[in-house]
Amino acid sequence: MNQGVQLRNITKRYGLVTAIDNVSLDIRDNEFFALLGPSGCGKTTLLRTLAGFETPQEGQVIVAGQNVTNIRPSRRPLNLMFQSYALFPHMSVEKNIAYGLEMEKLPKDEIATRVAEVLESAKLSGFAGRKPDQLSGGQRQRVALARALVKRPKVLLLDEPLSALDKKLREEMQLELKRLQHEVGITFLIVTHDQEEALVMADRIAVLHDGKLAQVGTPHELYEHPGSRFVADFIGVMNFLNGNAVDGGVDVDGAGMLRGVSELRGAATIAVRPERVSLMQTAPQDGRNCLPGTVEEVAYHGSDLGVHVRVRGGRSTLSARVPAGQADRECIQPGQDVYCVWDAKHSRILPNC
Amino acid sequence: MRDRSNMGLKLHLVLFYTFLYVPILVLMALSFNRAGLPTVWTGFSLEWYGKLFTADPILSAARNTLIVALISTVLATIFGTLLAVGVETRHNSSVLDAVLFAPMIIPDIVLAIALLSFFTLLNMTLGLHSIILSHVVFNIAFVVAVVRTRMRNFDHSILEASADLGASEFTTFRRILLPAIAPGVIAGALLSFTLSVDEFIIAFFTAGAGQSSTTLPMQIYAMIRFGVTPEINAMATIVMFVSFTLVFFAQRTDKEVFSR
Repeated sequence: MNQGVQLRNITKRYGLVTAIDNVSLDIRDNEFFALLGPSGCGKTTLLRTLAGFETPQEGQVIVAGQNVTNIRPSRRPLNLMFQSYALFPHMSVEKNIAYGLEMEKLPKDEIATRVAEVLESAKLSGFAGRKPDQLSGGQRQRVALARALVKRPKVLLLDEPLSALDKKLREEMQLELKRLQHEVGITFLIVTHDQEEALVMADRIAVLHDGKLAQVGTPHELYEHPGSRFVADFIGVMNFLNGNAVDGGVDVDGAGMLRGVSELRGAATIAVRPERVSLMQTAPQDGRNCLPGTVEEVAYHGSDLGVHVRVRGGRSTLSARVPAGQADRECIQPGQDVYCVWDAKHSRILPNC
Repeated sequence: MRDRSNMGLKLHLVLFYTFLYVPILVLMALSFNRAGLPTVWTGFSLEWYGKLFTADPILSAARNTLIVALISTVLATIFGTLLAVGVETRHNSSVLDAVLFAPMIIPDIVLAIALLSFFTLLNMTLGLHSIILSHVVFNIAFVVAVVRTRMRNFDHSILEASADLGASEFTTFRRILLPAIAPGVIAGALLSFTLSVDEFIIAFFTAGAGQSSTTLPMQIYAMIRFGVTPEINAMATIVMFVSFTLVFFAQRTDKEVFSR
């Protein structure tokens, strides 16, 4: 039996605004799935629809084979970890965690055992008696997580769970959450606007744009084979050069023919990741794409350099990421003429919109 | 320079409080005056307090006031809290806001006449019950205002979290919402009790005839027509003391609400 989550043709409108436009998703059992998109793309609405706080005008929500579209939030076999954590301010950590089990009317000693277990694994045993306002942000986040997990839901929904933490703690927690998901073996569905977070944690990612599904795939697929200019731009950093798609590549205005493989014809964009671009002092004659230009700016990032090159004869700039150790510092100085070189197989040709 | 302006401010403060409290202090002092004359101090006495507690009309008026204040406070607190919760969690309309505030802003005399006309229209007999209903009307407005202030700065997602963890709406109300807004509810109740105890105009209009529905402020008014007697001073002192204590506790329980 399928334990995952299916969303079928979900549409949610607020008056004239369509927040979610005919979205269908199939989230597999035990998957770490991310809903990714800029703010206002409908990802939180979609999550709230799953939790039951929003009712879609059209479509169905199916959890573990059961149609829950018209079932109240309190009866759904999933739990939500809120962005604000939503801890009950007047209850201790222990009471907060026990609350969901009390609602299931479990025997007292079973509640006590399970709460103690969760407190232990969340490293919160010493804080059982504290009130939420006596905890740090990271501790509050762990209480919120523990409170949802102690219910042993089939699916755990996480709404921007790490957005309130500082950068260092956030990176730690990304790995922590991933480890936890393997350990408890349930489906995690996370909403985030942070593409890096989604890439690090998720098995698969759905990118939402203006309420529509832009692309679904593994982090690798989305990064290496974005299906649209929006996805290419939203995930990671991408160079875009506009032109006209023809056989074997794109004819870029003022820069000539750049090679790449695509069935597209007509107005198109050729895209390449900065780390795929190398900078050379002489043009290679081996069939690789080669754009002459002038170094405009060099940004030092420690492990590598971010180089902005103004393409000769064109208005566009191209950015390249060069490992700091290998970079020929002589040639990478503002004002230097360089050739931006990349393999045709790293070109992505995308529709021009 | 700064010292001088500080001195000015201090003087202003002292004068302000003098103006506010000296009359009250005089009244309190006179309630202990043996002679019973407002002009000469003839020595300390608890005589007037003793008289107060043996005078039947005063005792029955005090009992009426307590009945009115207690029942109207309980009703206003229940309905006002439910109203505040409903308005804050479901609807947001400026028209509704205005309607909720109206009983606080409408002059008492207008509200009194309106209520009297309304009761007469319904052919209702007047008495303690009509005073209670009338007090509920304006007390609700105060309870709603205090509870809504309390609700405005609390995270509504805790209500959704409770539902998400499996709680019914009633359980959420009882275990999550009510404890979170309890200080506001208590403050609202104490406030409406105080307002009810010393309310005169509306009670006077809606009480009907007869001693059986006379409240304490009405009794004082009736007695004062024969001049300010030391008993009135004594009674006023007690009423003031009760009100003062209640407001003090209301402030203690909800510092947040009152500090806005």
